[in-house]
Amino acid sequence: MENNKINRSVIVNFLLHLHPHAVNKQALKFSRTFGLGGINALLFVILAFTGILMRFSYVPTPDGAYNSIVSFQNNSLLGTLIRNIHHWSAMLMVVTSFLHLLRVFYSQSIFYRRKKTWYFGLILFVIVLVFNFTGYLLPWDQLSYWAVTIMTNIVEYLPFIGEGFANMIRGGETVNENTLLNFYTFHTALLPLLIVAFMMLHFWLIRKARGVTVANNNEQEMVHVYPELVSREIIAALSLTAFITLFAIFFDAPLLEKANPMVSPNPSKAPWYFMGIQELLIHVHPFIATVVVPLALIIFFVYIPKIKIDTEKVGTWFYSSKGKSIIVLSVVFSAFITLLLIFIFEYWLHLNQFEIPLFISTGIIPLFMFLLPFFGFLFYLKTSKKADKVELVISITTTIFTSYIVMSFVGIWFRGEGMHLIF
Amino acid sequence: MDKKIFRRSFIKKAILAVISLEAGYLISDIFKNKSVKKLNPDLFSAGKSNIFEKNKMYPFNSGKFYLSVFDDGGMLAISIKCTHLGCIVQPDSKGFLCPCHASAFDKRGEVLSPPATRALDIFPITIEKGEVMIDINSPIKRKKGFRKSQLTYV
Ligand code: HEM
Ligand code: HEM
Ligand code: FES
Repeated sequence: MENNKINRSVIVNFLLHLHPHAVNKQALKFSRTFGLGGINALLFVILAFTGILMRFSYVPTPDGAYNSIVSFQNNSLLGTLIRNIHHWSAMLMVVTSFLHLLRVFYSQSIFYRRKKTWYFGLILFVIVLVFNFTGYLLPWDQLSYWAVTIMTNIVEYLPFIGEGFANMIRGGETVNENTLLNFYTFHTALLPLLIVAFMMLHFWLIRKARGVTVANNNEQEMVHVYPELVSREIIAALSLTAFITLFAIFFDAPLLEKANPMVSPNPSKAPWYFMGIQELLIHVHPFIATVVVPLALIIFFVYIPKIKIDTEKVGTWFYSSKGKSIIVLSVVFSAFITLLLIFIFEYWLHLNQFEIPLFISTGIIPLFMFLLPFFGFLFYLKTSKKADKVELVISITTTIFTSYIVMSFVGIWFRGEGMHLIF
Repeated sequence: MDKKIFRRSFIKKAILAVISLEAGYLISDIFKNKSVKKLNPDLFSAGKSNIFEKNKMYPFNSGKFYLSVFDDGGMLAISIKCTHLGCIVQPDSKGFLCPCHASAFDKRGEVLSPPATRALDIFPITIEKGEVMIDINSPIKRKKGFRKSQLTYV
């Protein structure tokens, strides 16, 4: 054993030191973490490798960008495969980051000493989204050009600072060569630095919290990280890499024709992970969609881990058996009310046609058309189901996530020409 | 001197200072933009005023506007940037139609159908020595829609 340690290379030693010496046996169960945190870390490594390879030939100018990618795909060894891997890993990382967020939330792993882990996780989530969004522009094709136009124009709806902020992001009033250079610098220099820094803090906080949560806090049987955990990680990492490579062999990353600032495609959509916001913006006043809702979400997400829950419950999936049924109810309720409102606003009730200020007709009224049934639902949970504080918070969070996902589905798949609903 | 600067707090403060400087540098841009623009108005020449016929719309793609000439000879330089989310509108029989989410505008740029809520922006027109000049860097937002005073006459 002693000898073994000395002979290990510096790199292996470093990697092992990201882990503690031993972990709770229960933490090894796949259904504890689903490996999602590790998957995120691995995806970043894959993205960094493929991204750096592409950087060797990528030209960050409106004239050069598109052609450099086409030529990279056609002339470089495995060019298409490398680009495909980068593209699909990036898309997957949004999904796995979100799933990881769901896993830590629903397994009650964000309270007490894990509060800061959650906060730094939220920052990581934002970084992943910005990474994706800035990368989206780089191919400079019709898809990326207009998606970024739509997104930066959504930013313009922020009151007071919106326009200045959007112009700062774009380096001008429209998406142009400055935007490309800005995004390129963010994507390949600033964000990689930031994400590595925040990932290190995230990992350090997880170790400070003495590892991930476990289902039964009284069982303390420990096992050695090496080989128990490390072998599992290697298997997961190899499977994921194989899966992504296979996927990238069979499915090409989209590349439309070169961006044409004079011709907008019909319809034009934001990147898929922002489609929920665009869908919301179709129905409600911009001030609600860009300020009130995001602000309320941030305050709520910062508040959640401050709750003093029963320490026995830390690490318990879905909190309680009542918690499970409340989650199911919330999903059904939220999906129903969201779809109902989308249909009402699309076909029967055109709020902007009333002779009252737009902020009331398209802002306050739809907001309350959502909030009133929602409060009624929470009241029902509290009185009839005797839900406690944590269960109510679980219900609220589930409702928000479901609503966003439903809006994204509608926006991505059920809106065709002119952004009209198609069924 | 009981207020010592310790190594750790010094480093912390230095890092914070550098980050705030950098952030301040970036944010100052938000407020800078407008003043710079005013200094050098970029005038776009649309040609001699007598070549334009009444009741017609003339596209100027490189200037990103349509010159709309009305019955009485009044002119409007209407931006082709949709006020909804910034797509490029296309001309149609009623005025303009946005391909992205189907906002429609009339020939004066006023909203005919949503999601857009604000009329298309216009650019200031000046006539210099019989030539129609458009200040394409100073779009005017029309919160209240069309007003007769927005028209420019030769
Ligand atoms: C690049 C993105 C991220 C990486 C690489 C990452 C990595 C990790 C890893 C490796 C773990 C431990 C094992 C596991 O739970 O799978 C973990 C735990 C955790 N993560 Fe993340 N994470 C990321 C994003 C996030 C996000 C978006 C959140 C939530 C907002 C979050 C919150 C947490 C919390 C609260 C824990 C502690 C869970 C526990 O103690 O059981 N992380 N993360
Ligand atoms: C050090 C890290 C990275 C570098 C050097 C890098 C570099 C690049 C380069 C040069 C491109 C342009 C090539 C192209 O568009 O096909 C690109 C595209 C892109 N990147 Fe990255 N990248 C990195 C990390 C990431 C991460 C972490 C994400 C997402 C979470 C991401 C998401 C994207 C996306 C979505 C595209 C557009 C892909 C497409 O459709 O073509 N990148 N990146
Ligand atoms: S951008 Fe013109 S309708 Fe949306």
